Amino acid sequence: MTTTVTAGSMAGTRSGESGLERQRARAAFWFLVPMLAMLAFVAAWPLLRSIMLSLTDADANTIFSGSYEWVGFDNYLRAQERADGTIRWRGVLVDASWWNAVWNTIRFAVMSVTLETILGLLVALVLHAEFRGRGLVRAAILIPWAIPTIVSARMWGWMFNDQYGIINHMLLSVGLIDAPIAWTARPDTAMIAVLIVDVWKTTPFMALLILAGLQMIPKEMYEAAKLDGIHPVRVFFRVTLPLLKPALMVAVIFRLLDALRIFDLIYVLTPRSSSTVTMSVISFQNIREFGDYAEGSAQSTILFLIILVFVTLYIWLGRVDLSGERSR
Amino acid sequence: MANIQLRNVVKAFGAAKVIKGVDLEIRRGEFMVFVGPSGCGKSTLLRLIAGLETITSGDLLFDGERMNSVLPSKRGIAMVFQSYALYPHMTVYENMAFGMKLAGASKEELDARVRRAARMLQIDHLLERLPRQLSGGQRQRVAIGRAITRDPRVFLFDEPLSNLDAALRVATRLEIAKLHHEMRDVTMIYVTHDQVEAMTLADRICVLRDGRVEQVGTPAELYDHPANLFVAGFIGSPRMNFIEGPIAAEHGCATLGVRSEHLDLVSEEEGTWTGRVVHAEDLGSDNYLFVDMGLSEPVIVRQPGKVAVAMGEQVWLRPQPGRLHRFDGNGQPIPVPMAAE
Repeated sequence: MTTTVTAGSMAGTRSGESGLERQRARAAFWFLVPMLAMLAFVAAWPLLRSIMLSLTDADANTIFSGSYEWVGFDNYLRAQERADGTIRWRGVLVDASWWNAVWNTIRFAVMSVTLETILGLLVALVLHAEFRGRGLVRAAILIPWAIPTIVSARMWGWMFNDQYGIINHMLLSVGLIDAPIAWTARPDTAMIAVLIVDVWKTTPFMALLILAGLQMIPKEMYEAAKLDGIHPVRVFFRVTLPLLKPALMVAVIFRLLDALRIFDLIYVLTPRSSSTVTMSVISFQNIREFGDYAEGSAQSTILFLIILVFVTLYIWLGRVDLSGERSR
Repeated sequence: MANIQLRNVVKAFGAAKVIKGVDLEIRRGEFMVFVGPSGCGKSTLLRLIAGLETITSGDLLFDGERMNSVLPSKRGIAMVFQSYALYPHMTVYENMAFGMKLAGASKEELDARVRRAARMLQIDHLLERLPRQLSGGQRQRVAIGRAITRDPRVFLFDEPLSNLDAALRVATRLEIAKLHHEMRDVTMIYVTHDQVEAMTLADRICVLRDGRVEQVGTPAELYDHPANLFVAGFIGSPRMNFIEGPIAAEHGCATLGVRSEHLDLVSEEEGTWTGRVVHAEDLGSDNYLFVDMGLSEPVIVRQPGKVAVAMGEQVWLRPQPGRLHRFDGNGQPIPVPMAAE
């Protein structure tokens, strides 16, 4: 509907006011230039540069001198012929540690976003109800989100500590465990620890996004259902949830993008744990610690492509209306 | 199908009393309109009857049965909201059927009821559409249709026409009047701030102000015999002329009220009052002359057809006999009808 209106008005102006229209387009362009320039500088250029580096053999010694060479897709996949004639495949795409990181990242993203969505929805529903001091609670619930990740990761690191951590202390004293657990160090608990911290930290954000969506639903929808005597659970699934879907989808996209590039929490809470290392962490390690700019860049590029695929799939499957036009 | 009684109903939100003791009887099958300025409590009163708000004190009776603590869904009411409150993700059919699926109706009965209501409102060709594909007037019909499907004892309308444009409002008003004639045994309560809607639709009107009932009566009763100055000023368009000061004193009252159509333009010899025309509104069928008689506001005179009166011209007015309303200093009417001047 919007498109037809726009088309109609354009057709109308073409005859008489095309000069004015051109002037407007020019003005709009100049207003956009600073933003476009900024985006090109901070987003497009680094992205292109990283993709470019992934096609070279750059390392810490050559990156600044510019003496690295073009190697095509060798960083991704290349065949290496051994002395005995057998062919060995090398590159990121056949690297087990890389695929371990991919799997970790996806596992983390799916689990954390699922948990945060469900918990966030519950919290939002509570905050949507009217009670005394609601404003204060709404502000207070944002505290975990407001604390810098490094700080909260350290904080939780201490709480998870096997020697003097409060979590082990509490579990021991209620008798749930017999011996302290090194939460962040053990391969089978490290991911759980990361998930707990991430859910703790990000649920408030999710809750507020969903709350904003809840507040968009007109009160009369609920009143009409009340007059019809529809059970609240049915109202939730048949009215609230469908009407909340656009907000929920946007919230999940935000979180999914965030979760797929998780770095800081894992880097601080569980460094060197292969059961939590993610794509961002492994790429960072390659570049900063091993100075392997080429391989790190290749991994970054693949990470970018994976996120692109995820989001495209999600938007396509969920028909997310990011422009907000259809919900009108 | 219900006779509704309100006995000293009070509603308070915290310390703020919104409904300050309302006694009212709404007869079976009657079309009752609550009218009043914004903030008078008319919508709150409707919501109390619906059960969307709880009654602070007093009794609400449907056919003699106390309804105060009966769930809204058990009261046998249906409501049309100002915003229509249609579920945007459901088709028209689903919207109309949604509330009934649990009411124990069989699929066939449900289908029959939805289709009957849709036919009644001529929306049967829209049943598979979504609300956003409908015009404002069509949405309004769906909202009404949804209410009809419930087969209610009491039909509640909360300013249902205020989101429609002027032409559609008149058309839909007609539809609602027709609906009332077709559903003779259903009690209808209609809230509006528009006194024209009230006058045209109501069997009886209840004028509210500041949480109290000012007057209840047929449109004609309210128009011809307003119970006080407020009702006299609220009902009727243009507003009744209020004349104070020496002219009112001559008639033995504090305020003299006369409607614009009860003033005649006459010759100098026949004239009772005189003044200069300061403004004129030509509505085609009628002419409204604003005559400055040296009072705080000009007096409005309604003249049918075209009247050739120049701006600033002096005119003489004569009120029609027996059409003057006298009010005392408290805004109460002085009952004895005025003899002809």
